[in-house]
Amino acid sequence: MGAQIYSFIFVMWILMLVGGGLMVVVIGPFSLGGLGGIDPIIFSGIKVGIALVLIFIWVFILTKVKNWIFRSQIKS
Amino acid sequence: MEEKIIAAIAVSVIAFFSVYASTPILIKFLERRNMTVKDVGKQGNVQVARPGGISIIIGLVISEIILYAFFPMSEILAVIIVSILGFTVGIIDDRKVMGGWFKPVALAFCAAPILLLGAYDSNLDFPLFGSVKIPSLYMALIVFMIPVTGNTINSIDILNGLSSGFMTIASLALAISLFILQNYEIAIASLCLAFASLAFYKYHKFPSKIFPGDSGALALGATYGTLAIVGQVEVIAAIAILPAIINSFLFLSSMKRIVEHREIKNPTFRNNELKIQTTDDEDAPITLLRLIIAKKPLSEKHTAIEILKLSIFSGILAVITAFFMGVEI
Repeated sequence: MGAQIYSFIFVMWILMLVGGGLMVVVIGPFSLGGLGGIDPIIFSGIKVGIALVLIFIWVFILTKVKNWIFRSQIKS
Repeated sequence: MEEKIIAAIAVSVIAFFSVYASTPILIKFLERRNMTVKDVGKQGNVQVARPGGISIIIGLVISEIILYAFFPMSEILAVIIVSILGFTVGIIDDRKVMGGWFKPVALAFCAAPILLLGAYDSNLDFPLFGSVKIPSLYMALIVFMIPVTGNTINSIDILNGLSSGFMTIASLALAISLFILQNYEIAIASLCLAFASLAFYKYHKFPSKIFPGDSGALALGATYGTLAIVGQVEVIAAIAILPAIINSFLFLSSMKRIVEHREIKNPTFRNNELKIQTTDDEDAPITLLRLIIAKKPLSEKHTAIEILKLSIFSGILAVITAFFMGVEI
């Protein structure tokens, strides 16, 4: 078995660490200071939306990596 | 500390030997009642006893009840109840083929004892960066996590010895991580899962004498998910089962919907030498197994060993992550 699958697990691990960092450092303390009257529930919804976009990007990257691994395994 | 060491040794021994002793009896019982299925990986019509979840749940529940006697904590009680509920969902699916929706929905209800007993902390801890407090979202995460871990372990139960071997490695990595984080009681509870899985692996490894069935796989997965929640090690637990998560991810990204595994086109087949070979069917999902054998066909035993090696790799990453938990940058 090639090293690609181990690399895939390693990339996933790094993405989980980076994703966690973004959650804690950027999205958690993020606030719309200029819009003082905004409803907290809507504000939480915006944060969840940002998190979902990040998950979409994460899944997109992993799908590309998966396709690359499968093609390279088939070719070799 | 002395009490914790005694408890750890006692429950590990009890978890191991109760499964080790009850499984041969269960095999004979199931074979007498013709509760067997064909093992497609073997030449001829080889029948294997199923479901083995009964001996797994016996070992898990006895050892966890003894642990509860040592440490009467709501977290350990939650582990016991969710294990039994996960097993119950699995045994229903073993006896009667249910739709693709059944297991995720039923397992979501299995998470109720964690919420009702308040056996969770709404902080989600991340390595290196600290934690986020998400009270409402965390309750949703609990309901989501048990179906995910249950179905993830169930989806990797595809080769002789794989799900039990995989769970032994992942739960040992989880136990080591919990010891590092000084969450000793839940670490000992993880040892119960590790040793029950290890004892079952003895009979499940190639050539299998028994299959865990949905009852075994869901009991293992639901217990693992509960340990992750009550031990506040959700991220570490996810890392320890990354190969199984990758398998589910690859499957879902190929199929683009949740389906019962019996409904899908098999992405692999056995060739004349009984080695596992990838299919040419472009509609078949790309799974972890298909990725591993894409280059050349492999024997079932060899393939399972390759996946268990991946599991050891992700277990090491999980333990490294546990060390990162104490560090903030």
